[in-house]
Amino acid sequence: MKTERSMANRPDNTAFTQQRLPAWQPILSAGIVIPGFTLIGLAFIGIGVALFVTSHNIKMLERDYTGSSNDSNCLQCTNPTTNCVCAVNFSFSELFEGPVFFYYALSNYYQNYRSYGVSVDPNQLVGQTQYIQSPESTCSPYQKDSSGKSIVPCGSIANSMFNDSFKLYQIVNGQKMPVPFDRKGIAWWTDYNVKYRNPAPVNGSFAQAFAGTTKPINWPSPVYELDPNDPANNGFLNQDFLVWMRRAALPNFRKLYGRITGGVYADGLPAGNYTLEINYNYPVQSFDGKKTVVFTNVSWMGGKNQFLGIAYLVMGSLCVVMAIVMLIVYAKFKFSDDDSA
Amino acid sequence: MLRWIRQQLGFDPPHQSDTRTVYIANRFPQHGHYIPQRFADNRIISSKYTIWNFIPKNLFEQFRRIANFYFLIIFLVQLMIDTPTSPVTSGLPLFFVITVTAIKQGYEDWLRHKADNEVNGAPVFVVRSGSLVQTRSKNIRVGDIVRVAKDETFPADLVLLSSERAEGTCHITTTSLDGETNLKIHYAVPETAVSQSVSQLEALQAVVECQQPEPDLYRFVGRITVTQYGEEIVRPLGPENLLLRGARLKNTKEIYGVAVYTGMESKMALNYKCKSQKRSAVEKSMNTFLIIYLVILLFEAVLSTILKYAWQAEEKWDEPFYNQKTETERNSSKILQFISDFLAFLVLYNFIIPISLYVTVEMQKFLGSFFIGWDLDLYHEESDQKAQVNTSDLNEELGQVEYVFTDKTGTLTENEMQFRECSINGVKYQEINSRLVPEGMTEDVLDAGSVSHLSREEELFLKAVSLCHTVQISYDQADGVSDPFSHANGFTCQMEYYASSPDEKALVEATKRMGIAFAGSNGENMEIKTFGKSEKYKLLHVLEFDPNRRRMSVILQTPSGEKVLFTKGAESSILPYTKSGEIEKTRVHVDEFALKGLRTLVVAYRLFSAEEYKEVDKRIQEARTALQQREERLIDAFNFIEKDLKLLGATGVEDKLQEKVQETIEALRLAGIKVWVLTGDKHETAVSVSLSCGHFHRTMNILELVQQKSDHECAEQLRRLARRIKEDHVIQHGLVVDGASLSLALREHEKLFMEVCKNCSAVICCRMAPLQKAKVVRLLKTSPEKPITLAIGDGANDVSMIQEAHVGIGIMGKEGRQAVRNSDYAIARFKFLAKLLLVHGHFYYIRIATLVQYFFYKNVCFITPQFLYQFFCLFSQQTLYDSVYLTLYNICFTSLPILVYSLFEQLVHPHILQSKPALYRDISKNSLLSFKTFLYWTILGFCHAFVFFFGCYILMGEDTSLMGNGQILRANRQLMFGNWTFGTLVFTVMVITVTLKLALETHFWTWMNHFVTWGSIAFYFIFSLFYGGIIWPFLHTQDMYFVFVQLLSSGSAWFAIIVIVITCLFPDVIKKVFYRHLHPTSTQKSQCNEAYQGIACMDSVSCFPEGRGICGFLERLKRANRSWSDSDPFSSNDHSVLTLSPVEASHC
Repeated sequence: MKTERSMANRPDNTAFTQQRLPAWQPILSAGIVIPGFTLIGLAFIGIGVALFVTSHNIKMLERDYTGSSNDSNCLQCTNPTTNCVCAVNFSFSELFEGPVFFYYALSNYYQNYRSYGVSVDPNQLVGQTQYIQSPESTCSPYQKDSSGKSIVPCGSIANSMFNDSFKLYQIVNGQKMPVPFDRKGIAWWTDYNVKYRNPAPVNGSFAQAFAGTTKPINWPSPVYELDPNDPANNGFLNQDFLVWMRRAALPNFRKLYGRITGGVYADGLPAGNYTLEINYNYPVQSFDGKKTVVFTNVSWMGGKNQFLGIAYLVMGSLCVVMAIVMLIVYAKFKFSDDDSA
Repeated sequence: MLRWIRQQLGFDPPHQSDTRTVYIANRFPQHGHYIPQRFADNRIISSKYTIWNFIPKNLFEQFRRIANFYFLIIFLVQLMIDTPTSPVTSGLPLFFVITVTAIKQGYEDWLRHKADNEVNGAPVFVVRSGSLVQTRSKNIRVGDIVRVAKDETFPADLVLLSSERAEGTCHITTTSLDGETNLKIHYAVPETAVSQSVSQLEALQAVVECQQPEPDLYRFVGRITVTQYGEEIVRPLGPENLLLRGARLKNTKEIYGVAVYTGMESKMALNYKCKSQKRSAVEKSMNTFLIIYLVILLFEAVLSTILKYAWQAEEKWDEPFYNQKTETERNSSKILQFISDFLAFLVLYNFIIPISLYVTVEMQKFLGSFFIGWDLDLYHEESDQKAQVNTSDLNEELGQVEYVFTDKTGTLTENEMQFRECSINGVKYQEINSRLVPEGMTEDVLDAGSVSHLSREEELFLKAVSLCHTVQISYDQADGVSDPFSHANGFTCQMEYYASSPDEKALVEATKRMGIAFAGSNGENMEIKTFGKSEKYKLLHVLEFDPNRRRMSVILQTPSGEKVLFTKGAESSILPYTKSGEIEKTRVHVDEFALKGLRTLVVAYRLFSAEEYKEVDKRIQEARTALQQREERLIDAFNFIEKDLKLLGATGVEDKLQEKVQETIEALRLAGIKVWVLTGDKHETAVSVSLSCGHFHRTMNILELVQQKSDHECAEQLRRLARRIKEDHVIQHGLVVDGASLSLALREHEKLFMEVCKNCSAVICCRMAPLQKAKVVRLLKTSPEKPITLAIGDGANDVSMIQEAHVGIGIMGKEGRQAVRNSDYAIARFKFLAKLLLVHGHFYYIRIATLVQYFFYKNVCFITPQFLYQFFCLFSQQTLYDSVYLTLYNICFTSLPILVYSLFEQLVHPHILQSKPALYRDISKNSLLSFKTFLYWTILGFCHAFVFFFGCYILMGEDTSLMGNGQILRANRQLMFGNWTFGTLVFTVMVITVTLKLALETHFWTWMNHFVTWGSIAFYFIFSLFYGGIIWPFLHTQDMYFVFVQLLSSGSAWFAIIVIVITCLFPDVIKKVFYRHLHPTSTQKSQCNEAYQGIACMDSVSCFPEGRGICGFLERLKRANRSWSDSDPFSSNDHSVLTLSPVEASHC
């Protein structure tokens, strides 16, 4: 009886309370690290070579059309005139394999500026009528125009939408043959189908849904007339608009304009001379910006990126080198007194 | 605090006078001006909060913490000005932290409320309007007459009025107050003792005057004025008349007492101490680091603001056509703009201060401290006591101890006294077979002698010893019969002595064996039996023991009517007052006893003539009834009485050493801890015990600083010692200091003394008063190196030292629980100290140090990319990560692995830590939190952040290079990555790297570590898919919609994540491997050995189903490690020991 009582305070003898839980106790010793590094190193070198070669095989053509240099025929367009058209000529000596992606690129352009980024009314862009009629104050100074009409779509991002347009022609026997851009599906699928919504048409008219509002100051036409050729590509679901609204992370960025997939160009752009006609509207000189067009194709790992392959190669070789260095140190100790292992 | 508020609100009257007047039964005088004093009611309030004030008060207390306050400010800034992140991002984590803490504190307070209600609602019987009324404890008022029955606790501090015994005494035990288990007799004043019934009490006219409440349990000064037949009789009241709340009535059927201190004013309540406010070294470094981070934060914010304005100087960056400002922005004042920009940056970077650090540390300490109490190795079976943690704030400090100050009696020794020798009238005696045998006489001679043959001196000596004490007797079957004498007559064998001092108990037991048995006392008489013949001595006065006088006396009237004083005490406090007897011989004997390690007491007596006694009696009465300065006057009176003594002899009592004291001290010494013994014992006793417990070695050169009388002399001696130490620094030195010399040395020559002490490997301070012990601790604590000190002791005299030291450890011994109550940790035996420090201390330190460093690291990793991003967004305060990620990073994605790590990490197996105390040196001087390590972690954090950011930056290129070709999405198109995608990529890389970095630090992978580490990464992915997969109706923007899926659908994003994570961890792995093999710390060496051995995990691995596989793995490890460890002379040593277990290893 006494012994039973006197054990009342005895702690439980379990693995948990006695800190004896079963545990794996790895030690970072040369024994694991050398083989580990060798394996990782070799794997990385393998991946690196593959990435590098793939990236190397990706073709890319870049043409600056800012018009800042004298030899460019876009120089004339740098003066603010409307409807200025200039052209960029280039040629391929061999087939530019498809599918070919066509981008426009801007530099020194800070889409990631905070006040720029918040200058948008998300509720408007999902088609809520009340916000179309009275946008939020975050859109300021592009909330209302001077006459007090609300701007749709409001805000800096929408207002500054890129409005150059491009037409590509192949010169065949002195004849300009248009190369069609596929401009469908260049935005995120979720943006197009879920995130952005147009307001419901009022009295069967889409334009009526925007009654009492005005277009953004810099836009030539209201949002419901963005694409005169395709009535379905208007409003907030205009593909170019969606692409623009996804803000770039860094000041130099590219945005997709279209893909070349159609007809004879399905396999790519055949060798020959081309001309790109540019409807030059977008001013970038005020902030030393550059405008570029890019043609590129892609591989299984994405666009052209030498760096990823190089990074893998460097890391892989470093791992292997370190493994060798460690092996030398290790061997020196190892063989001095014990060679059984 | 509470009292202060209550006072301010007028609940407590300010104490105007030094005394309070209590009218018994609240019968106030009919005439004259009487202003009733207001007293606290009898409610005990140990809870801090009520339902009403919980929220405001708890919030107030939480925001007094600097970190919480900081986040509150950030939150308010976010509410007030336009900042890049929504207030939720800092509000939610703050809310989380505050809520967790509030729940914990609320729960603890709820428990206190429950306990309070139980106490306050307990039924008590009070005399009101002529009858006994049952009421609740909380309704007792000052002045009420309370009835307490046997085995009940007293509901308030009562002055005893009467008991069912005619002489008005009662027995109580104060175990719950001070842990003393002996029964104490308390007395009623004779005038009130007769009022044994309610009706008599009703008629009692009496007033108690006493001092205002004070916390000292053993002090009570007051007087009672009883009006009897129109005559006022004044009687003194002392602690022996006061029944303390919390004590329990024993052996007495019932008592009546008048409540004088109630509720929060009772002595028990006044002794509720706030928990000690000790802060650990880790916490101090943590605060330093916080300040450094605050500086980094301010620097980054200022730099960003300045750079922003530098950029904006140019119109084209300030206001490009695509990003026009509003009119109000243009017109607002530049200075206001600047300030608001600065605040916005502050908010943006504020996460660099780890918000959840405090709450994690608190949880870690709270949960982690359970392991001490759970440890079977710290459990003492004989006494059924496990280790006790009174504060969890100091767990890691156990790993930092540099000085151990230990008490001797009861700490190093058992405090189980055995009478061994005595010296009577200049002759030495030994106890052999329960008989006193004079030195030199053989046992045969003694056998011939008759049993009852004791010389007159011997008899007087033994009688003195058996009468001069405060021992109580308890009977095994005392229930029902309460008069000690009725029992004492027949069943002496069943009685047991109880004493607060084990020495006294040992002495009384010894005299009993020798034929003179103490048979009991009832407050007025003491009875002894000399060989069965009963003798009654009238007890006139007891001159209580106090540590300053170091002696106690009793004045008795012998059966023959003589008045005699018996005194016993330390030889230094008695010999000077003796004038006759074998003083010199006895002194020699006392020294001899001390050399053998015995505790010595000297016994003397004095016969009073009738006139002398009258004078003595008068002085004592006067002193005892004095209301002011009673103590001082008592001491004066005692000093007047205890002089002109005749020496009887001395006793030598042995105190056995506790087991494994020597091993423990040796282990501590190997661990680099200096052990100081602080004791109240004699110089010789202390040295001999020191030698026997291995504190002093025979080979040590023992230096002495004793019996210094003057300042000058002391300084001279100190200089001599310092010289001697310098001369031969080869051998170890031990220093012996006594109390008197110490106070001299401390007064003028602190530096010199410290110099000597530091060069001695062992120090003994003997003849120390309690406050001196604390002073020594403080001296070391405040010396330039600021070493971490630990004090360990068991008695009330160690309390000051325990409270003074960084870590105070109480031994649950025989001298009450005062030390335990005031300690930070309590253990049952001294030997447990080794495991407590070497294993638990080591673990806790490593755990918390890594925890702190890791927290800072992960927050640097977190926020630096945000800072770098500002360089690419014109310092516009654009956040890199989404708000939800900002919010959840610290509370969800990276919180659990580090918590689990900090609870379970074991760098080395506990057995190895204990068997190799030297490993303790690896973590000494707060080495894992040194500025160098802190810098390493911080720089590592910055480097990782750079790699995350620029890795992603380059790989992202111009937003296209990372795009998936759509094969995963099964649509042949190339899509854009926006800024959120970029941020999410950085964030993903970061969460993985930060989690894996901790995995690299983890040495002890239990299933929980696996679960939370891989679980955290998996949770991040699942959460992100979920968060990005739904349009959240309550969110303003749907920035993150499908971003994570888009990111993962790109093959090159995966490749990028892998290469960045590996790049970050690669240098760290290299560094670890090379350090381990080229500059291993001894801890790491033992790890190798451990793995090499392959045993440590044997017992645990075998419970794993895949134990076999792991063993095989260990085998391989073992081979790999052998060559490394063999080359090393240090570890080859251990190696030879450890190779003894090849059999075990071969099991796998």
